[in-house]
Amino acid sequence: MLNPDSVGRTFTGAESVSVTQSEITAFALVIGETDFLVAPPTFSIRITLAQSQALLSDPDVGLDWSRVVHGDQKFKIQRPIIAGDVLRCSSTIENYKVVAGNEIVTVRSDLHADVELVVSTWSTLVVRA
Amino acid sequence: MIEVGTVIAERVFWVDRELLKRYADASGDHNPIHQDEVFAKSVGLPDVIAHGMLTMALVGKFVTDWAGGSVAVKEFSARFVKPVVVPADQKVDLTVSATVVEVFDGAVRLDLSATSGGVKVLAMAKALVLRS
Repeated sequence: MLNPDSVGRTFTGAESVSVTQSEITAFALVIGETDFLVAPPTFSIRITLAQSQALLSDPDVGLDWSRVVHGDQKFKIQRPIIAGDVLRCSSTIENYKVVAGNEIVTVRSDLHADVELVVSTWSTLVVRA
Repeated sequence: MIEVGTVIAERVFWVDRELLKRYADASGDHNPIHQDEVFAKSVGLPDVIAHGMLTMALVGKFVTDWAGGSVAVKEFSARFVKPVVVPADQKVDLTVSATVVEVFDGAVRLDLSATSGGVKVLAMAKALVLRS
């Protein structure tokens, strides 16, 4: 079970992630997009899911990633991600509840390029009982 | 003329195991439920299922094609209510359509519909896009 003290805490990644053109191009091609100048709107999930998983895998948090199902997802995009962006992820557990034994956790992840907020994502994860 | 109630014509994306593999490589999400039938069934799924985020990425492509490119999307959200089930050696449909539900100065909000095999796979799917 999630440690209730984790709710509302923000975990910031120690390292930045550099976005390459080949990553954007590969992601775009899968969905049939041929404009590679900017990343498709959901590209940031490539960064935020892995980063938030790393940030929230602290045993102190108590989130069991092996039983996680993706419940819902939201993106708020300030500007599209482009090749050369160096992004730092910070993740916050914004909401937590237990419904019928399943834990429902909403994780907000913000990607900043230096001080500029680029994308915010909200992932609601269901930890199955 | 775009107004509340304007319907964006339905479009079908075809999803197969090869696309799941390509999405896994491009997204870094290598969860075996999207690749390995034996594993998927062992955790109670009917078969291999598509990544929810692949479904969302394809719906995003529908939106950006209508809105004039990836730069147009400001907000995009959805709830994953049913999986897109992808049996071996088959192409399954992801059928997407949309309705304009709000018109702002220079932007519109869309309600999106996504089904596979007639089953609704996303709920509360919405996008806010720049569009004059």
